[in-house]
Amino acid sequence: MLELKNITKRFAGKLILDGVNLTVNDGQILTIVGPSGAGKTTLLRCISGLEETDSGDFFLDGQPFNPVTNRNNDTVIGVVFQDFQLFPNLTVRQNVTLAPTMVLKQTKGEAEATAQRLLKQLNLDGKADLYPYELSGGQKQRVAIVRALAMRPKLLCYDEPTSALDPDLRKEVEEIILKLKAEGMTQIVVTHDIPFAESIADQMLRVEAKS
Amino acid sequence: MNYVSQILPSLISGTGTTLSIFFWTLIISVPLGILVGLGMITNFKPLTWLIDVYVWLMRGTPLLLQLIFVFYGLPIIGIVFQRYDAALFAFILNYTAYFAEIFRGGLQAIPVGQYESARVLRLTNWQTLRTIVIPQVVKIVLPSIGNEVINLIKDSSLVYVIGLGDLLRAGNVAMARDVTLVPMVLVAVIYLLLTAVCTVVLKRLEKHYSAWR
Repeated sequence: MLELKNITKRFAGKLILDGVNLTVNDGQILTIVGPSGAGKTTLLRCISGLEETDSGDFFLDGQPFNPVTNRNNDTVIGVVFQDFQLFPNLTVRQNVTLAPTMVLKQTKGEAEATAQRLLKQLNLDGKADLYPYELSGGQKQRVAIVRALAMRPKLLCYDEPTSALDPDLRKEVEEIILKLKAEGMTQIVVTHDIPFAESIADQMLRVEAKS
Repeated sequence: MNYVSQILPSLISGTGTTLSIFFWTLIISVPLGILVGLGMITNFKPLTWLIDVYVWLMRGTPLLLQLIFVFYGLPIIGIVFQRYDAALFAFILNYTAYFAEIFRGGLQAIPVGQYESARVLRLTNWQTLRTIVIPQVVKIVLPSIGNEVINLIKDSSLVYVIGLGDLLRAGNVAMARDVTLVPMVLVAVIYLLLTAVCTVVLKRLEKHYSAWR
């Protein structure tokens, strides 16, 4: 369970997040919706440790933790970026196994077995030796999901998972997210796409733009 | 033909000096260039200021002049180099500055998202640099580095000014002694061969890096 209490964030004096409180229960999906510029992505960046908060507390399973400095314990949070940010110089397989071997110190065999299993699970059979530029948008996104999952996170975050895809691929993302939910993954999805958010959410958080 | 085989040994010995300056400059200034390039993109103002001044000096004055200063100027303040060491020192200083500028450009071309992506996967800065950033930077800078590499072969002829016997000087000596242009034609052919080899190697490298985009 992830809890945020009174999270505040300013950029150059401008208040972006004003005392955000939220709770995500294990195995549930929280969607964060709201107009552009309301701070949805900023909130996600704070949760994933890419941005320092100005005040407020994070709790994971009741224990306080700091996403920015939490670098040496178990993986807490995986992130699927809006533009995926796969590593173009590495094959799909290398993209997925890089961090598990270097950070989790898995053996090459172990990491590749996990990669193989996850790739198969997300319909990426036979793509392991391709480079990212050889993949479609939807495939890139699934590789990004596999890459995050390979680090065995407790929580998976998505930033606008439908925005870089064709409209008809929206359904596909939805299915993946629900499938991962069925396997017990806790997920946070930032999106401006309300119908999409409604169809996957256990819980919705609306953030409003501050004037 | 007889004349050619007569002067060839001295030309080949000169080529040895040319190649030795070339290789050592390259082997030392490329890694140094990466380091200085990294220094240029830090937020530590005194460091970036220092590097800016260094690059300005190295790019703002002729290499010929730098050679003269290193060999004839530095002894005045008590730093004495042998001819060869002086040449190498000047070349490394000069080429590191050019390489650093090229690598800075390459480093700045890598999207912030790549670093963030590596960060959430909890790679260390060094792992990120080594496995993700540097390979991408190398691909970007390869054509510009190639230009400098070819330039370096030819620039090495400047060492004549401090009395080192390189390829061009060997040709020059033979030309003055025998009053013929033949040695210079041979010198040109040797330079062309050297740059041809470099071109082929660079093409291979670019091909290697074209596996991904």
